[in-house]
Amino acid sequence: MSEEGLSTASLIKRLLLLVVGMFAFGFLLVPIYDVMCQAFGINGKTAGSAWQGQEQAVDMQREVRVQFVSNNAEGMRWSFGPEDNEIVLHPGETRSMNFLAHNPTDRVMVAQAIPSVAPSRAAAFFHKTECFCFTQQVLQPGESVEMPVRFIVDPALPTDVRRLTLAYTLFDVTERMAPSLDLAAVHRN
Amino acid sequence: MSAVIDNHHADHAHGPAKGLMRWVLTTNHKDIGSMYLWFSFAMFLLGGTMAMVIRAELFQPGLQLVQPELFNQMTTMHGLIMVFGAVMPAFVGLANWMVPLMIGAPDMALPRMNNFSFWLLPAAFGLLVSTLFMEGGGPNFGWTFYAPLSTTYGPESTTFFIFAIHLAGISSIMGAINIIATILNMRAPGMTLMKMPMFVWTWLITAFLLIAVMPVLAGVVTMMLMDIHFGTSFFNAAGGGDPVLFQHVFWFFGHPEVYIMILPAFGAVSMIIPAFARKPLFGYTSMVYATGAIAFLSFAVWAHHMFTVGIPLTGELFFMYATMLIAVPTGVKVFNWATTMFRGSLSFEAPMLFAVAFVILFTIGGFSGLMLAIAPADFQYHDTYFVVAHFHYVLVPGAIFGIFASAYYWLPKWTGHMYDEVLAKTHFWMSFIGMNLAFFPMHFVGLAGMPRRIPDYNMMFANFNMVSSVGAFMFGATQLLFLFIVIKCIRGGKSAPAKPWDGAEGLEWTVPSPAPYHTFTTPPEVK
Repeated sequence: MSEEGLSTASLIKRLLLLVVGMFAFGFLLVPIYDVMCQAFGINGKTAGSAWQGQEQAVDMQREVRVQFVSNNAEGMRWSFGPEDNEIVLHPGETRSMNFLAHNPTDRVMVAQAIPSVAPSRAAAFFHKTECFCFTQQVLQPGESVEMPVRFIVDPALPTDVRRLTLAYTLFDVTERMAPSLDLAAVHRN
Repeated sequence: MSAVIDNHHADHAHGPAKGLMRWVLTTNHKDIGSMYLWFSFAMFLLGGTMAMVIRAELFQPGLQLVQPELFNQMTTMHGLIMVFGAVMPAFVGLANWMVPLMIGAPDMALPRMNNFSFWLLPAAFGLLVSTLFMEGGGPNFGWTFYAPLSTTYGPESTTFFIFAIHLAGISSIMGAINIIATILNMRAPGMTLMKMPMFVWTWLITAFLLIAVMPVLAGVVTMMLMDIHFGTSFFNAAGGGDPVLFQHVFWFFGHPEVYIMILPAFGAVSMIIPAFARKPLFGYTSMVYATGAIAFLSFAVWAHHMFTVGIPLTGELFFMYATMLIAVPTGVKVFNWATTMFRGSLSFEAPMLFAVAFVILFTIGGFSGLMLAIAPADFQYHDTYFVVAHFHYVLVPGAIFGIFASAYYWLPKWTGHMYDEVLAKTHFWMSFIGMNLAFFPMHFVGLAGMPRRIPDYNMMFANFNMVSSVGAFMFGATQLLFLFIVIKCIRGGKSAPAKPWDGAEGLEWTVPSPAPYHTFTTPPEVK
């Protein structure tokens, strides 16, 4: 009826394009979310690979308490925990902590540790130079392993944060990894 | 009945086909509109029955009637069926019936697609309801189906639930495309955009919201499907995903969705109040812009559903203020409705009663929404019955009273008979009292900390819960009266004139009652 404007066919085409675009946008939200988490430290997410930054001057005036927490996800039967529950450090210095894992079962298992930092706004200032969470761990039946994490707390950490918590949740990913389970190729710490 | 009208183009006009195939194959917007309305009413009764199971269990503390497993399925299915099966199809049905009549179009722009989008719904909800009878039971993770409850810990039937959501989503998207095409391309000569009735305007905006967010819903259930069956890790932390991502994507759909359920009711009420106040709508232009503003803002507030999952302080502040901003255009609407009634020649037939109750009770729901928008306060209210009270106050006397008001307002046009006014007023008062009894006490138990979605509760909530259950039974039983009123109206009653409401305006009142099978085959002139 309307003299100006689009014909019904081209209007439908544009609307369908919008539908397809919004469907794609739903999936685009996944990388957008990851970028936002990185940028703002949402959810205490830390970087998934080693920190490549410059060495920073150690701030000897300041002390920060770093606590270590470990959890097993449902169904994960490994014993898993840090060697020490907490350390006190100066921002800027490189420290490390060993986590111990033991596979008490009678089968080869693959695990993935997922880190999280609380308070979440401190996550962006917590740099890991080495972490067992960057790869999967494969343990033979009854095997134990010592897994180090090396990290630097950025001197730019907001001054009101005096204590931060690094929490690992250990997931059993044996089934997920089973098809591609090439034990020798998986990096072991 | 309308033979006189149809006679002079008898070569062209024909009545409906005979028998059952009429309904299967119809492309007539009135037939499809009626089917949508009947379907949504059937779903309303089914979802309502589930609500009765919930309220019966909560009548007293302790576990009496159902086990927690079934209780969880009831809360989940009640929500899903009411949102996707009752409220949304009811508004699509109203749009099918009324939009072509209101803009002077002979039918919808895409009649065959219209038929298909309706018939997807019985398939979708047949699939959804069948999950209740499967091994492991139906969906039990809440209507918001948060991962990992619905992925790692969901029942086997979750895949059927996902396909049901896909089908219902495709149906909604096709319905929305059809409505946009009809409104933009089929208006009678002279019907400019700013002359369109408010119901048409609100539906145009709603249809765009549907097109924008239903694909995102389809996306999020597709991600679930891939996580469950194809080994991806969108929401699985072990594989590098994040369950919180689910909530962001879901509520990016979910918040506009709540406006999808209320905007058409805004439109209907904006037509009914002027008709019974016998005054033109106050501030038509501001109504249009307010609707647009609400729709626009609805994309920037989703995280207010997730204040407690851990988002940065700046994020909480942003979403808190953005949410409160929505109160401004909504306030414009409420003041416009009140001003329309101010010094009008009011009469209170059933549509007007429902419309006035809509304005008052929806405003209460809006205010409790403002309370929930305050991020620090939300930490106390989150996941309590206060939230349940809030969204039932916007959905029951909001969306559903809007549908009842519309049904009574246009029933004479649909059936050619006046409904029974005494019974209709009884229906209103029983619904009004029942609904307030059911949902008002939930504010109190919610503020006192009663958690939602739990089949048992502390003894101290016992009295209020008993009142809620009595109110809910009253509200539920009253809807059978509505069914009776509609059937009675279809079968007979005082015959309705073309324009049964003396203050009503619009093209739909220029065609006889009941509306002939084909209307506006030659477009009317709009001045």
